[in-house]
Amino acid sequence: MNDFVLWFEEYEPAHLPIVGGKNRSLGEMTRAGLPVPPGFALTTLAYEAMRDQDELARREVRELLSHVDLTDASGLQELAAKVRRRIEAIPMPAEVERALRDAYAALCERCGVDDVPVAVRSSATAEDLVDASFAGLQDTFLWVRGIDDVLAHVQRCWSSCFTDRAIAYRHEMGHDHDRLLMSVAIQKMVRPKAAGVAFTLNPSDGDRSQVAIDSAWGFGEAVVSGEVTPDNFLVDKVIYEIVSRTISPKVVEYRLDEATNRVVKAEVPDDRVNAPSLTDDEAKAVAAMARRAERHFGGPQDVEWAIDADLPDGENVILLQSRPETVWSQKPRTPVARATSDPIEGIVATLLNPVHTRGRGSTVGE
Amino acid sequence: MAEGRFPSPFEIETPPGAEGWEELYTYSLPFSEDRRAYEESVFWFQDGIHWPEVLPPWDATFYEYAIASLSQYNTRHYLIPPALGIDYRVLNGYAYLTPVPVTDPAEIEARVPKFMERAGYYFQNWDRLYDNWKEKIRRLTEELKRLDLSPLPEVEPMEVITEGRGEGSGMRLIENYRELLNQALRLWQYHFEFLNLGYAAYLDFFGFCKEAFPNIPDLAIAKMVAGVEVDLFVPDEKLRELAKLAIELGVDAMFDDGDPEAIMAKLAESDAGRRWLAKWDEYKDPWFNFSNGSGFYHTDEVWIEHLEIPFSYLRNYMEKFRAGEDLSRPIEELRAERDRVVSEYLELLPSEEDKEAFNQKLGLARVVFPYVENHNFWVEHYSHAIVWRKMRELGDTLVHAGFLAERDDVFYLKRNEVSDVLWDYYSAWAVGTEPRGTVYWPREIERRKGILDVLRAWSPPPALGEPPEVVTEPFTIMLWGITSDSIGMWLSGGGEEAPADGLKGFAASPGVAEGPARVILTADQIGEVQEGEILVAPLTAPSWAPIFNKIKATVTDIGGMMSHAAIVCREYGLPAVTGTAFGTKQIKTGQVIRVDGSTGTVTILE
Repeated sequence: MNDFVLWFEEYEPAHLPIVGGKNRSLGEMTRAGLPVPPGFALTTLAYEAMRDQDELARREVRELLSHVDLTDASGLQELAAKVRRRIEAIPMPAEVERALRDAYAALCERCGVDDVPVAVRSSATAEDLVDASFAGLQDTFLWVRGIDDVLAHVQRCWSSCFTDRAIAYRHEMGHDHDRLLMSVAIQKMVRPKAAGVAFTLNPSDGDRSQVAIDSAWGFGEAVVSGEVTPDNFLVDKVIYEIVSRTISPKVVEYRLDEATNRVVKAEVPDDRVNAPSLTDDEAKAVAAMARRAERHFGGPQDVEWAIDADLPDGENVILLQSRPETVWSQKPRTPVARATSDPIEGIVATLLNPVHTRGRGSTVGE
Repeated sequence: MAEGRFPSPFEIETPPGAEGWEELYTYSLPFSEDRRAYEESVFWFQDGIHWPEVLPPWDATFYEYAIASLSQYNTRHYLIPPALGIDYRVLNGYAYLTPVPVTDPAEIEARVPKFMERAGYYFQNWDRLYDNWKEKIRRLTEELKRLDLSPLPEVEPMEVITEGRGEGSGMRLIENYRELLNQALRLWQYHFEFLNLGYAAYLDFFGFCKEAFPNIPDLAIAKMVAGVEVDLFVPDEKLRELAKLAIELGVDAMFDDGDPEAIMAKLAESDAGRRWLAKWDEYKDPWFNFSNGSGFYHTDEVWIEHLEIPFSYLRNYMEKFRAGEDLSRPIEELRAERDRVVSEYLELLPSEEDKEAFNQKLGLARVVFPYVENHNFWVEHYSHAIVWRKMRELGDTLVHAGFLAERDDVFYLKRNEVSDVLWDYYSAWAVGTEPRGTVYWPREIERRKGILDVLRAWSPPPALGEPPEVVTEPFTIMLWGITSDSIGMWLSGGGEEAPADGLKGFAASPGVAEGPARVILTADQIGEVQEGEILVAPLTAPSWAPIFNKIKATVTDIGGMMSHAAIVCREYGLPAVTGTAFGTKQIKTGQVIRVDGSTGTVTILE
């Protein structure tokens, strides 16, 4: 790394003060083998370099902020806009711009895509508030393409520590505006061939040895919103065998409209409607990824994932979000062991109440 | 399950030309009016795993010995609480079985303490008793090998006189044949000494896993229990070793042409060749007493008696070694993988008690499983090969005496008829006249061959009688792969056309493969299998292992998760779907098929 750019895979705990909470989480997941989309942090040192090169602007901002009046909403809005304009007017220091240009070019090359679309997200921190992410208070910009746009949006991200809400929040909490620092996360946007959700247990019976995957073409919205009946895969999380596979007709998908950089809903062409949206190998890779997330977070997870069309096989399963599974995880687990100390008693019980051993792996429609 | 029932055994007609087939078997084997009410009241299935073909009269010996011995242990030794034996019959020459349950709950209850005491003793002393078993088998086979079944001498040798023996060669021949039968029955008594208990312990672990993880693949359970080094795989390993050795010694080119005898003669001419032959001799007994079938038919070919079989495998392995392929089994990796699988499932269990129970059940399953895996080589392959060999010696004797046209005709005699034949032979020899049998038997054996040919062309229905509502009997499921599903599939008829959504069977070995099908109906066709094809067969034998290096996947008509075919396919990492019922009927050689061994589906692509 140089002082300004830290790739997610380079993250170590000591970096937290200069990258902020958002980048920490991306860095930790990357280090744990959880395939978040590739990208890098622009550190707070870049923000400081920008801020410190224009002492006049800094004084003007300080001055403006000394007149915050929380009772006057429109006044606050106006004041915030002024502060943001002033900050965005500060030219990006040349060495920061060079580092950013190099890093973005490297990301494009790594993804094999010219002007790779990225998300530019703020990752705020403060000298004494290591995890001052102020969730939702700063801006996130999606589908940013090309270095010029990236440079512009980094500046907008920097200035977004001075949205009216952020100013009000800090004012109320008594935090010093001046001690606030801003890091930025620049991360590839996923262009999913297919996407969906995965549970690290079987939601229909709570079986913890399975990963249940719902999958459809394009962006995950179609699955999450229930607009399509997804394909369903049940994968054993220890031996990675596909225990069952149900392919459903998937008539709509969300995909990126290249012209407008917008995600739009579209009809799925006939030849893909009834085709499996995941190959067996992809389903196994999604299951393996979900299993890693479960281990990383220490409990059953509900994972959003995508297969990125831009990335090569083996690296194209992307973790978008992982949160704790809430239904089965909150039920007490019933122990299996019958109260027998003598192994022969167990055998007798088995002989008297044999499991109906359906050897058939396929449970489709059963 | 599909609606309907199978034909009653009494509705099945004798194919024209096979009239009188009943007389080729022990009188207690055919269905009969004498037990009709009972025989019509139960469900019978054809045992295609062990006896897929018509039983020649003498070959029915092992059928009767095996099933009676199995039954004896359930019923009389260990008192398996819910199960008596397996009843067995022959219909038009084919083997039909029915498991006999204990239906009275009070009786089941009463059997429990006895079972616990008796089975418990075996479980607690398993290793010692199993060592003892190996020694018993060794002694038994040594004794079998020693039996003298040679022809009667023109005159008794002088020492019979001088030693005052007071008995002659006729006694020896009659006694030794009886002894052969006794040892064959004893062999089967030994076979089932451990087997049912072994399956019971395995099923207990199986049931625990299914309860803890309702969706766990059967394969995962098998993987946790299966041994890494198994006797059944040794013959194939020895062949690989010999192929490698031939290359190292620089004698591999000698295998390129000529029949095995000529190759061996050529090898014997050089030092290097003799070193290879010495290794071959070291391995051949016991390991190449390996049958290319189930071992239950005299027609199954045993490697050391049909050298062209192991030699063609050797050539294939040499080619692969020369092409730089590494054919060694990564034992350490297999072990490590097995440990990983165990520890991950263990970690997923909800409580400490469960973890303890899992470990305990797995521990027991692993103690008993080597027997389950290994016995098949020692009984059906090794010992049976010796019995068949001894019977052929007797066949030679009877050819010499003029009773038979060829040695294998001896298998067209019922086992107890052989005693009568030997009596006739001995008696005429003793009196110094002509026996009746030299005229009677060649004629009678021709007639019997005609009957068996007719029966061979007849297709036995997969089952007879009223199907059970649900199959729960564990041994039936485990050994024969009979489930409610497979019964439903049989009832659906299974025409010539494969269903559009594919043939269903057991997901016996995971993975997906596509390729041209090769339909093999009998063991002697396996030479037709080409590199890259998918083998489609009624069933496979463990000794086909070397062709598993050529093929991409396997489909069988018969068999479950623990069928020999399934075990071998898992070992060789090939997708397999077993128990499809109609695979060989609906798939044609050359068709491109897709075998999904993870879901148990076979699809015809073109």
